[in-house]
Amino acid sequence: MYVAVKGGERAIENAHRLLANARRGDQGVPELTLDQISEQLGLAVDRVMSEGSLYDRELAALAIKQARGDLIEAIFLVRAFRATLPRFGASEPVDSGAMRVQRRVSSTFKDIPGGQILGPTFDYTHRLLDPSLAEGFVPETPATAEASTAPTPRVTDILGRDGLIESSPQAEDGAGVGDLTREPLNFPADRDLRLQNLARGDEGFLLAMGYSTQRGYGRNHPFAGEIRFGEVEVEFAAEDVGFAVPLGSIELTECQMVNQFKGSATEAPCFTRGYGLAFGQSERKTMSMALVDRALRARELGEEALAPAQDEEFVMSHSDNVQATGFVEHLKLPHYVDFQSELGLLRKLRQEFSEAFAKANAPDAMKEAAE
Amino acid sequence: MTQHNNQQAQRKAAMAVLAHAEAGEIAARLRALALPAHQDLRAPENGLVMLRGRVGGDGAPFNLGEATVSRAAVRLASGEVGFGYTLGRDGDKARLIALCDALVQSSDFGAAVEREIIAPLREQLMVRRKQAAAETAATKVDFYTMVRGEG
Repeated sequence: MYVAVKGGERAIENAHRLLANARRGDQGVPELTLDQISEQLGLAVDRVMSEGSLYDRELAALAIKQARGDLIEAIFLVRAFRATLPRFGASEPVDSGAMRVQRRVSSTFKDIPGGQILGPTFDYTHRLLDPSLAEGFVPETPATAEASTAPTPRVTDILGRDGLIESSPQAEDGAGVGDLTREPLNFPADRDLRLQNLARGDEGFLLAMGYSTQRGYGRNHPFAGEIRFGEVEVEFAAEDVGFAVPLGSIELTECQMVNQFKGSATEAPCFTRGYGLAFGQSERKTMSMALVDRALRARELGEEALAPAQDEEFVMSHSDNVQATGFVEHLKLPHYVDFQSELGLLRKLRQEFSEAFAKANAPDAMKEAAE
Repeated sequence: MTQHNNQQAQRKAAMAVLAHAEAGEIAARLRALALPAHQDLRAPENGLVMLRGRVGGDGAPFNLGEATVSRAAVRLASGEVGFGYTLGRDGDKARLIALCDALVQSSDFGAAVEREIIAPLREQLMVRRKQAAAETAATKVDFYTMVRGEG
């Protein structure tokens, strides 16, 4: 039960003043700029954009600064900001096949058309702390090489040509695109809603869920068919203009998981797929998302669904870190009246207990029992 | 009809370049032109566009997340109406794109806009992309087979 409580205004105001000072830290140390956050903590910005579900680097950087680096708090701020703007509409679906690839690796084929491109990656680093980064580090200029103009088709497209992998489900005529920011979530949920939910879901939660499938809780034998990161162009069919208007480009990471094959009396066996897509360079997120997407297809693929990662209601109801933190953290807000009523009840129960105990142990009662 | 389609393709190509430029760069290049009288048809406005992906990259669309977008519309005294849309919240940039879009449609200014503004910005964009592509290409893996030492 919530009741209006007056009082504490002064304390709250002073606490926020103290927070502003704690956020700034030692004022002898230069203040962070948004450009510094965006340029040098780029992957934190990517995560806040993905889970805040709003592509705007500058706003995400501001949110990180305001939240003192608490990324879930920053995601909360971005979600709240998004609610203040009108929506003009929806973009044309982006074409990840036409991505200007900055990184693209496949663990299934060594010689993919377009090649294995490592890009800026932590892979193969030794994970040793580098003291030279502490101050004044100037990186070497990047190496360059002649860029190929050959296309970089999706690995799943190559497998698809021979029918070795299931094709992506196509939209039914006239079918709308589900939007969980507009309509309440109902179960069972279709794949469009599941992917939207996972795309804005907490990376840590999805990582744990994806990991659980690998450890045997809903196993589905994954291979990272392809992970690609780069820029795609965005177009928006603006009614007033009369054609699809280019809006600029965004950075995306895409993961195609290739999974255990299936088959039936009427269909030849083929690989199945799990899909991950997120803003920015978000490799761990998209890999986890693809594992969980595949696990959530258990019902559709006629698999026994016993593991948490295969339970869409469980996954989708707990993936959102803004909802989760809201409910967990609300426990620290005043519950004085709730607690008073519990306390009153507990006192009454203890009184009853001690009366009953005293009666049972009274000399008369003992005498009676002896008789 | 063909002419209409041509102009539409031209407008779209110009927008694709302008969306990648900074407001300051567009404004600086516009100063090279003696601009005709124009007015805001719609003052810059910020909002959201829901970005969509496709299941598996090539399947049914789904909602990935939103992006901030700024838009504006400008009308030349001679009647052409231009629209400006861009990712982000830079209203000045949306207005400048709208002005360029109106000029692209004008028989008096179309060629000059292409020459003075769009072409150099496109060139700049291509140089940036080429540099990024070259840096990326240097991280491409060359597999080779180890030669067995014999004899």
